[in-house]
Amino acid sequence: MSALSIKNLTKTYANGFLALKGIDLEVDIGGFYSLLGPNGAGKTTAIRIVCSLVEKSAGNIEVFGYNLATHPEEAKMNIGMVPQEVNFNTFDTPLNILVNQAGFYGIKRSIALKRAKKYLGELKLWDKKDDISRNLSGGMKRRLMIARALIHEPELLILDEPTAGVDIEIRRSMWKFLKDTNANGTTIILTTHYLEEAENLCRNIAIIDEGVIIENTRMIDLLKQLKQETFVLSLENDLMNDSNLNEFSYTLIGGNQLEVLVDEDHSINDLFELLNRKKIKVSSLRNKSNRLEELFMRLVHSKNDTSKENS
Amino acid sequence: MNLSLNLIAFYTIVRKEVIRVLRIWIQTIVPPAITMTLYFVIFGNLIGSRVGTMGGYSYMQFIAPGIIMMSVITNSYGNVVSSFFGAKFGGHIEEMLVSPMSNSAIILGHIAGGVLRGLLVGAMVTIIALSFTKLELKYPLITFSMVFLSSVVFSLAGFINALYAQKFDDIAIIPTFVITPLTYLGGVFYSINLLPDFWQYASKFNPILYMVNAFRYGILGTSDIDVRYAYLVVCAFIVILFTLSFLLLKRGVGIRD
Repeated sequence: MSALSIKNLTKTYANGFLALKGIDLEVDIGGFYSLLGPNGAGKTTAIRIVCSLVEKSAGNIEVFGYNLATHPEEAKMNIGMVPQEVNFNTFDTPLNILVNQAGFYGIKRSIALKRAKKYLGELKLWDKKDDISRNLSGGMKRRLMIARALIHEPELLILDEPTAGVDIEIRRSMWKFLKDTNANGTTIILTTHYLEEAENLCRNIAIIDEGVIIENTRMIDLLKQLKQETFVLSLENDLMNDSNLNEFSYTLIGGNQLEVLVDEDHSINDLFELLNRKKIKVSSLRNKSNRLEELFMRLVHSKNDTSKENS
Repeated sequence: MNLSLNLIAFYTIVRKEVIRVLRIWIQTIVPPAITMTLYFVIFGNLIGSRVGTMGGYSYMQFIAPGIIMMSVITNSYGNVVSSFFGAKFGGHIEEMLVSPMSNSAIILGHIAGGVLRGLLVGAMVTIIALSFTKLELKYPLITFSMVFLSSVVFSLAGFINALYAQKFDDIAIIPTFVITPLTYLGGVFYSINLLPDFWQYASKFNPILYMVNAFRYGILGTSDIDVRYAYLVVCAFIVILFTLSFLLLKRGVGIRD
């Protein structure tokens, strides 16, 4: 049994736009899954269909073995959703929002109040529990939506760009919270535009583009596909132009910064051995761009190039 | 269907609605009190004193049940249409749609909210009416059942309006162009026996006429129509409108892409 099983999911909107072209997706129980794709790729449509907010045109969805069409009550009990846009009553208080949401799931008020205290506390919102939600900061509103999604303690948490527009400090605290939630057994599916976020958090990844899943694999396997990486090295001293590093393709920037391309025939150790032999000291090292970002761009562009060739 | 889950969900919506009505009492309770007081002062007192009796009662007594019913109808409708459309507009309708609660619980919860507001405002207008005139309660069961059922009808109508509404203007169209004219032509201020035959006949296609007259019958014991027909009309509307609401909600009209 999977946490989420999607088979041949298709969605055509009333205006004729084909948003999903028969996608298949299996999310293992306890997994941390990332759904990536450019804007308009179909990520949000897929998520909103799973959460019963958009009607599917065709296909089958099962949540922990419960068919969403035939056993919606059981399936929905297992899903918690954090949407992209703020969608709570901004004139209500965080405490009321959580307790009411629990009520919609058939949870008694006395239990709902205890859970609201727990989740508002864990997400550092307890002291704001009686404030009008409209007055909360952007990061607080995002955390409130996470607390609301967890109030019925679902087995599957789906987050649609949960950290969009929040500062790095809050984003990292949210990452930690999501990691802890996943470690406690909750399966998580996340869409994000921050590829660093997906790489840090997720163990599995699916890339969706123009309504089709173009990659669906373990994060570690996907990153292995990266045949070359560009590293930026800051050197302690200026490098002479005649330094021979010809085993690697490199560019010298401003005398003491080196951009080196490490391909699949070499490792980063080879580069350091060479630098040691040349007595070149390195003060810091970083990737020129996020590894997943490079792969993502390559996959999406190669698909688009293929489509153009075919047409 | 899990009954206990749906009962808690139903109670949650009703509680939320009641808190909303009381929180914004200056928008929900005060305006009908002022408007209806003006009706009693202008139509009942100033003009009514020159009209004389109608159906064997003073004009003030005659119009009082109609004005109470008018306030119940407009407030039941207004509560559901504004609350449900507000939830659609603000996006928090999704809180209910993602949950396992049944469509019936969603409809009944909002209808209960509309009925409670309608009855609350109706009770307040009754108190105001009693400060202007004396009202008996000839048939309490007819009075209370008719005001309750009429409130249900207009709450359901408000729910359907909210489902279809795409912008705030859309929730004002039906009250302005349908409910208000039908209410004024529904025998609130006159007996249809005063109308020419054709208009008497035409008036019988107006469902509000049945509600107002049956309610008036319950209070005063006088009516232009047979009260049994009133129950038939009101119950038929409830069945039709509830079925329509349920089917529209199930199909996701106005709320799901």
